[in-house]
Amino acid sequence: MPRSDTSTAGEQHYFGAALLNPDLPLPEGIVGPHGKKAQKRFAVYRNNVTVSLVNALADIFPAVQRLVCEGFFRDMARFYVAKEPPVSAVIFEYGGGFATFLEDFEPLSRYPYLADVARMEKAWLAAFHAADAPPLPPDTLAAIPAEQLADTRFTPHPATRIIRSRFAAVSIFSASREQRPLDGIRPAIAEDGLITRPFDAVEVRQLPPGAASFLSALIAGKTFGEAAGLTMTGYPDFDLPAAISAMLEAGAFSDCFAGQPTTEQTP
Amino acid sequence: MSHKTIVGASALAGAVAMAISGTAFLGSTQGAAAATEKCYGVAMAGKNDCAAGPGTTCAGTSTVDYQGNAWKTVDAGTCTTMSVEGGRMGSLEPLDRDLPA
Repeated sequence: MPRSDTSTAGEQHYFGAALLNPDLPLPEGIVGPHGKKAQKRFAVYRNNVTVSLVNALADIFPAVQRLVCEGFFRDMARFYVAKEPPVSAVIFEYGGGFATFLEDFEPLSRYPYLADVARMEKAWLAAFHAADAPPLPPDTLAAIPAEQLADTRFTPHPATRIIRSRFAAVSIFSASREQRPLDGIRPAIAEDGLITRPFDAVEVRQLPPGAASFLSALIAGKTFGEAAGLTMTGYPDFDLPAAISAMLEAGAFSDCFAGQPTTEQTP
Repeated sequence: MSHKTIVGASALAGAVAMAISGTAFLGSTQGAAAATEKCYGVAMAGKNDCAAGPGTTCAGTSTVDYQGNAWKTVDAGTCTTMSVEGGRMGSLEPLDRDLPA
């Protein structure tokens, strides 16, 4: 029977599943020029698909690869590819579940910081591909009258990402990306990372205590006064000027809008 | 009774002024990214870094050792002090030497 040019959704689904699972039989209709089942040809294709996805993961997560070594990374990545094939045709969007996969990957249970390093790497790539926008000029903020500051709101820059880690994920990420040794880094010390791209280059910073809470509140649309108040409640030692410096220097926001004048309140 | 902290207008204005005057920059954001620079002409074949970063494909595409238009990230201030065999030096700008045929 001649094969029709259109395949059903079911056939496509099976074809995709068989590509990533070598235990599944050859999909129906995969034949060579003389009509013989093309088992070997399909195996070559299978291999290319898996290798290309493993390569993509290695490109997206170079810091993780360096930490676990290339051989281990590639073997592990094959498991991930089989478990979570891409859902987007855009390859840089692949690997969204890789951090969670690392958390649950038993052989790495003694390296719990790897998942947050992977989150840093995904955030790095997302920041890299985010829309361009000029960072907020410090003068714009400085020009807002004092009585309007409390109600001022900020527009997050499209590239801005915050990663809060129970581990020293920022230090470990930076050392691994820059191919420096991990000497002196204590993995169990919590770190918060701010990832931005004020212009062409992605920047990664470690945030001082409380700053991640403050910036997250601003990103979520809280006013300047609300964000500062919430953060000081949770972090009595919060250094507000340092957090403002960091966000301006990093280009975490692209704009700000002065609020209505408020009178000074006392608690 | 809530424990919410109210930050007054003058405190906010003071913090903004302090942040912008630069006094608070010290120690605030140090540590994560050590200063680095792009150094041309020092990477071994296939070991160059990439301007576009991971997820793209130009990293590791140099085909000759010390290729002049391929760069590697090095610690800031060290590039022009790097010499490779044959008296060749690292450069902060792309070089015309050692280009692939």
